[in-house]
Amino acid sequence: MLHGMNKTFAIVVWAFVALLGALAVGAVAVHRGEPINALWLVVAATCCYALGYRFYSKFIAVKILALDGSRATPAERLENGRDFLVTNKWVVFGHHFAAIAGPGPLVGPVLAAQFGYLPGTMWVLAGAVFAGCVQDFVILLFSVRRDGKSLTEMAKDEIGRVGGFVAYAAVISILIILLGVCALIVVNALKSSPWGTFTIAMTMPIALLMGVYLRRIRPGKVLEVSALGFVLVLAAIWGGQYVSQNADLARWFTFTATTLAVLIIIYGFAASAVPVWLLLAPRDYLSTFVKLGTIAMLGLGIVALHPTLHMPALTRFVDGTGPVFAGKIFPFAFITIACGAISGFHALISSGTTPKLIARESETRMVGYGAMMCESAVAVMAIIAACVMQPGIYFAINSPAGVVGQAPAAAAATISSWGFPVTAADMQALARAVGEQTLYNRTGGAPAFAVGMASIFSHSLGGERLMALWYHFAIMFEALFILTVLDAGTRVARFMLQDALGHVYKPLGRTSWYPSILSTSGLIVAAWGYFLWQGVKDPLGGINSLWPLFGISNQLLATVALCLATTIIIKMHRAKYAAVTLLPLSWLVAITFTASWHKIFDPNPRVGFLAQAQALAAAPATAATSRLIFNNRLDAAVTAVLILMVTLVLVESLRQWYGILRGTGETRVKESPFVRTQLAEERG
Amino acid sequence: MNTIISAISAWKTLVAAVREIFDEAAYERFLARAGTSSSNQAYAQFRRELEEAKVRLPKCC
Repeated sequence: MLHGMNKTFAIVVWAFVALLGALAVGAVAVHRGEPINALWLVVAATCCYALGYRFYSKFIAVKILALDGSRATPAERLENGRDFLVTNKWVVFGHHFAAIAGPGPLVGPVLAAQFGYLPGTMWVLAGAVFAGCVQDFVILLFSVRRDGKSLTEMAKDEIGRVGGFVAYAAVISILIILLGVCALIVVNALKSSPWGTFTIAMTMPIALLMGVYLRRIRPGKVLEVSALGFVLVLAAIWGGQYVSQNADLARWFTFTATTLAVLIIIYGFAASAVPVWLLLAPRDYLSTFVKLGTIAMLGLGIVALHPTLHMPALTRFVDGTGPVFAGKIFPFAFITIACGAISGFHALISSGTTPKLIARESETRMVGYGAMMCESAVAVMAIIAACVMQPGIYFAINSPAGVVGQAPAAAAATISSWGFPVTAADMQALARAVGEQTLYNRTGGAPAFAVGMASIFSHSLGGERLMALWYHFAIMFEALFILTVLDAGTRVARFMLQDALGHVYKPLGRTSWYPSILSTSGLIVAAWGYFLWQGVKDPLGGINSLWPLFGISNQLLATVALCLATTIIIKMHRAKYAAVTLLPLSWLVAITFTASWHKIFDPNPRVGFLAQAQALAAAPATAATSRLIFNNRLDAAVTAVLILMVTLVLVESLRQWYGILRGTGETRVKESPFVRTQLAEERG
Repeated sequence: MNTIISAISAWKTLVAAVREIFDEAAYERFLARAGTSSSNQAYAQFRRELEEAKVRLPKCC
């Protein structure tokens, strides 16, 4: 009787959630004209995530993956107190979320807001529930069943050598492009900004101080020292305003984009080649501390303030003429949003540390599917932060000088002529309010996000007079954790290169041999440094070319992960459910291949690399013309190589699936043998 | 009463998660494994071990 009542109650509750979700999604989708409240997006997202988790992830867990609570995980079987360790599921959840949360879900949705709030919101919700969360969940479970093997190892075992090689090459390529784009975002956020540059520069002595404290004064007290470091960073942000107001001091911290690019390249090389633990590890902790705190604060701020979105649902730029980046809503909205909906990079984390901590198979659902839902929620917050601004201001910040012009009055007039009124006086007032000299042409998404976040925070705490502090807090937050992505990524790519070169000449594979460390670090930094330099020198702001390239490579890595997942599902004799990974895979193939085609061959010079090279060749030559032509041809070649590699994995996967379904192919999955868990018996 | 117990339990889990993210729990496990107490040398050794394990892990985008 009681069970029956509980069931009826559950049905009523879930029916209410479904109805509320449908109402909120409907309101977000059909609302036109008057500005909409951000709370509609929050409610729509909450209901979609709740329904997706309760029903879709459970369906996958039960019908496809057949999660087995009696099967011992590698954390239990191989427990060594170091990397393999049985860990509380909530602790693993926090650890996994901290590892997957990066700058992508903040920057991508901000850039895609040029299409309006609707396309980004819809893709972030649908993409996460049906693609991103599914990918993270299944790859995590498959890695758990294979002793925590990496994506590349699993691809080699299950798809074949081609799959393994392409996964490896895709990881290195995405890392290099990612690092170049990340560095460009930092450069664009800090150029001509003495306040921002001072704050970031101060994180270095603060990190060194933290390192000394950790090593000499209170060994191992990371939380304590991170809190202390955070207070010092806040003091640096406070002090930054005096630096920016003092002409002599400001000159010391005012850099052009090219100078900042050189400094970041030197930093990347030093981080990879020199043992600078005392600097990097404490900064990494500080970055995580700030990142988790800020995301939580932003979430609370949005719910408490529930601001109004001024950006329309759809803008005129769905036709592909957008100033932030060129290209139509399909496929470029999906490529641009990237990590907020699905990220191939997550497959690396799901097959990295996390599978070695999972105590029971059933926990992969909460950790894999659940953590990606939180990442997607961060993307929704980024959309809200971008769309609370007046659209004219959003476009003035995000449009490159090559599109709207260098002079403030001309830029304001151009943007106003698009139907998004803004004046030079508005922009000047905003720049003054956030403590900057100008906010024009700050491409890259980070400054726009910072203005939106500062607006939300200042309305919740401190009012207008704290706007400048919140803005520089947001810039510090983004730059700090982008720089940690940069130094960790450079080291990882260096190790991968050393592993590969070790097959050619053994000493090159030795990670402690200094000639190898210096040469491979140099090669990796030169590779991403080239993309950074290209972005800095690009008259269209760099983001127009490089962010789509990053989005394509990231989504291609997800394509490889979904090929692997589909192959394993078919091998597990669950072919009738293969659509769960096959449909997102098909969608990703459609968007990445279409986007790549446009980026290479589109006749519009703002979209197609080759068309731009041709247009440059036809225009009057300047000193930079030949380099710009080469860059565009190089970008076209990189895109073509990425697509070719993924085509190989697709063909190899299709061959496998056809063989299995016909009964001629290898159907044996390469899982670790079943061992009954002792934990389940103990827990009863 | 149950609410208080649940709240305490949730707080403890949160603290455990934060200590895991910030490697404090890993340091404690290291000390237990090595059968030693916290010191400058022990922490330096722990850091070396951690760097070797962590250095190949990328940070997500």
